[in-house]
Amino acid sequence: MENLSYLFVAYAIIFAVIFGYVIFIWRRQAVLEAELRAMEARMRALEEGAGPPQPAARPGS
Amino acid sequence: MSGRGIRLWLGLVTLALMLAALYMIFVYVPTEAEQGIVQRIFYFHVPCALVAFVAFALVAIAGVFYLWLGQQVWDDLGYAAAETGMVFCTLVLVTGSIWAKPIWGAWWTWDSRLTTTLILWLLYGGYLMLRAMAGDSEQGARFGAVVGIVAALDVPIVIVSVRLWRTIHPAVLVTRQGGHGLEDPRMVATLLVSLAAFTTLFIWILCLRFATLRMHTRLGALARSLALAEAAAQDS
Repeated sequence: MENLSYLFVAYAIIFAVIFGYVIFIWRRQAVLEAELRAMEARMRALEEGAGPPQPAARPGS
Repeated sequence: MSGRGIRLWLGLVTLALMLAALYMIFVYVPTEAEQGIVQRIFYFHVPCALVAFVAFALVAIAGVFYLWLGQQVWDDLGYAAAETGMVFCTLVLVTGSIWAKPIWGAWWTWDSRLTTTLILWLLYGGYLMLRAMAGDSEQGARFGAVVGIVAALDVPIVIVSVRLWRTIHPAVLVTRQGGHGLEDPRMVATLLVSLAAFTTLFIWILCLRFATLRMHTRLGALARSLALAEAAAQDS
């Protein structure tokens, strides 16, 4: 069982990096979905002539 | 099936394959005689490298199509592949370094395979920095496509580096004598399952990131339409 700590650290880093990246994508996606829903609602409101027009928000990347 | 449904199924398949790979790595496969237990890093290290190479090749292909057709979808695909490839390339360098310490006695050595892989990582790091600084501009996308294509030329150099130059990095998959360097069929089976797990993981993450970038593109178009519509409403 020599060098077990190296094996453990290598696998821990792999899973930590992959989980971290997937969570980053999910969070980014949730933010964009919320922005998209809000913008679509404003577009519908503008087309129907209801509600005061507001300045367009700049989307995040 | 919707895009979300496909991504869910891909995620579940990835999870199942990853669990199977972990079982084989830690229970099924025999311990390598010379290096001992630390050699098991190999079963994730090699698939990470192969997946990173595929990702960077995809960046180049998407770059060619973007320059040729000028469609945003190719730029989004290239960007998603470059970012995903960078994650796996980083894991290759980190796990390789951790494996090198007990075997070679050093975290890093300027070996041909390691150096060319580090160059590959730096090239795509430059690509991502360029994209981050250029924002959503069309010029940034065009420059990015060119950098992505040129950087991918390093991929075949990384692959053949162990044959071209003197190296201490093992040539496991195809040795200098021909054939592969895995002594036990269980090692081959474990590597193949691990490779399948990382391939589906790569496709899943790529789909997730690509969907996010498509949504960003759609949001940008909608923001422009909304600004025009609001300006027209204020004028009237």
